[in-house]
Amino acid sequence: MATEAAKQKTAARALRRGGLARGLRRDWELYLLLLLPMLFVLVFKYGSYVGLTVAFQDYKILKGTGVWTGFQNFEKVFRTRDFARSFRNTLLLNGLDLVVGFPMPILLALLLNEVRNRYFKKVSQTLLYLPHFLSWVIIGSIAYQLFSLSGIVNTVIEGAGGKAVPFLQENTHWLVSYIVIGVWQTMGWGTIVYLAAITGINPELYEAAIVDGASRFRQVLHITLPGIRATIVTLLIMNLGRVMGGSFERVYSLMNVATTEYIYTIPVQVYRWGLESGKYSQATALGLFQSIIGLALVLLSDFAAKRIGEEGLL
Amino acid sequence: MQKSVWAPRRVRKSLRIRRPGSVLANVLIYLVLLLISLTCVLPFVHMLAKSLSNEAYVIARKVFLWPQGFTLSAYGKVLYDQSIVRSMYVSVLMTALFTLLGLFLTVCAAYPLSRKHLKGRSFFTFMIMLTLYFNGGIIPDYLLIHKLGMLESLSSLILPLAFSAYNLLIMKTALQSSFPDSLEEAARIEGAGYLRILWSLVIPLSKPIIVTIALFLAVGRWNAYQDALFYIKQRADLRPMQLKLYYLIVAATENFQSSETVVAVRTNPEVLKAACVMFATVPILCVYPFVQRYFVQGIMIGAVKG
Repeated sequence: MATEAAKQKTAARALRRGGLARGLRRDWELYLLLLLPMLFVLVFKYGSYVGLTVAFQDYKILKGTGVWTGFQNFEKVFRTRDFARSFRNTLLLNGLDLVVGFPMPILLALLLNEVRNRYFKKVSQTLLYLPHFLSWVIIGSIAYQLFSLSGIVNTVIEGAGGKAVPFLQENTHWLVSYIVIGVWQTMGWGTIVYLAAITGINPELYEAAIVDGASRFRQVLHITLPGIRATIVTLLIMNLGRVMGGSFERVYSLMNVATTEYIYTIPVQVYRWGLESGKYSQATALGLFQSIIGLALVLLSDFAAKRIGEEGLL
Repeated sequence: MQKSVWAPRRVRKSLRIRRPGSVLANVLIYLVLLLISLTCVLPFVHMLAKSLSNEAYVIARKVFLWPQGFTLSAYGKVLYDQSIVRSMYVSVLMTALFTLLGLFLTVCAAYPLSRKHLKGRSFFTFMIMLTLYFNGGIIPDYLLIHKLGMLESLSSLILPLAFSAYNLLIMKTALQSSFPDSLEEAARIEGAGYLRILWSLVIPLSKPIIVTIALFLAVGRWNAYQDALFYIKQRADLRPMQLKLYYLIVAATENFQSSETVVAVRTNPEVLKAACVMFATVPILCVYPFVQRYFVQGIMIGAVKG
């Protein structure tokens, strides 16, 4: 028994020792396994980075090459009105998403945590997670069926004596609908992390609070919320880091030709310039601009998360 | 231990009964949750009712949550439309191949990178994780696919996204805890090679996480249409279901192939749209109750980082 343990220990030490050549000879099978995945990363991810050089060229796709022009494309892009609009829309849509969408999962998780009936809890959780599994095309199709001027929602509104609301047919209404639909899609799924954090709270704290005569509301306020504060702060920082991101599919599935004020976010603008009008260089420059700011924000938020003693993401 | 978990609940229950305000709070909590949950399911009930109704009732706006003038003819038309059936086939094929390839690549990368003694481990990990936070973007991706000659082909929808840093991160984290170094060292002493260890120890021990990753890959691929929109422009026979739906319903630039040769219908009938949406949603709705728990598991591992 003892010799067995000692044998294992020396073997473990031997594994960690040794130079690169020895490591290669010993672990060649592991490197072999890594070969194909690394090839995929190199070709499809790093290969794509090569295309970023197009941002600094006057690129012609038919020739497959371009003349180097330095930062001219960026200067051109920054002067266009399309740039200002897409930059504003990206920040606006993501900012509203964050302000409206961030607190919802927390509220829902707190509510779900107060439910004592196990079956009710299970069924409502299953229903709440459902939108997360649907594609944006499906959600967009359903949204237009429900919220169009002759859709069921307006039928009900008119039936109750109201006036039809142009939920998706007028710019401001569209913006609100876009945000609400996005919140609806993510709120249930977002509760998972918070519910897990809540189970980690020491039950004796509640016991003590009850003895002191605290109401349920006060228990939530003074025990549950502080108990998940770290999770809330971390997720908030992470989400702030993504404020320059944005889903192409979500906008593209919910947009229509009548409401063009808010649909031109940076990814949509890149698509329009690049793949629809053939202005590859300009589109790449705009995309690179977004990527770089996005990366900077992620690094910043990671730094902030580590500063307050959380794990961060890198 | 068991006692300290359950005791407070019992205490609270008894207190709740004595407090009239607490009953009201309870009713409110259940009511709010019920309403929000209903918003997640009623849209589908409405769509289902519409798809099973007679067109005339739908135009008269008489259909709410129950079909009026029950008929299956809309589904008959959807199935009659060869291009829709074809899209379904493309989607199934694409998703199956994508999931198999993605799973293979993820396991191949996650196992070596979860071994702490591997030289260059942090370098490889960094190289992969960088792609999670910085990607080339729409146009460089497009130009790459163009250069590789993969435009208008199914491979453009299978190969580029098969290996994702996020899935690798989850699987790597799971392997580190489900398959400890000490177990591997024991197997090594017995003379087993790493490939052998992977095949007969790691994979059988990590079945839950493998199922989770497979589902992440499958649902993600099934639902996405952005890349298909970019890369499949001419070959209508290679359109996955989601892209087909996009052209049919969201953009409405295409019409259903009709059995009647008459009428140049400008817009697609609402009933057909509803039937088509249900046709595309049913696969997800069917597997959803069973796969949900694996997703929750995976998201918990992923939540630790990223």
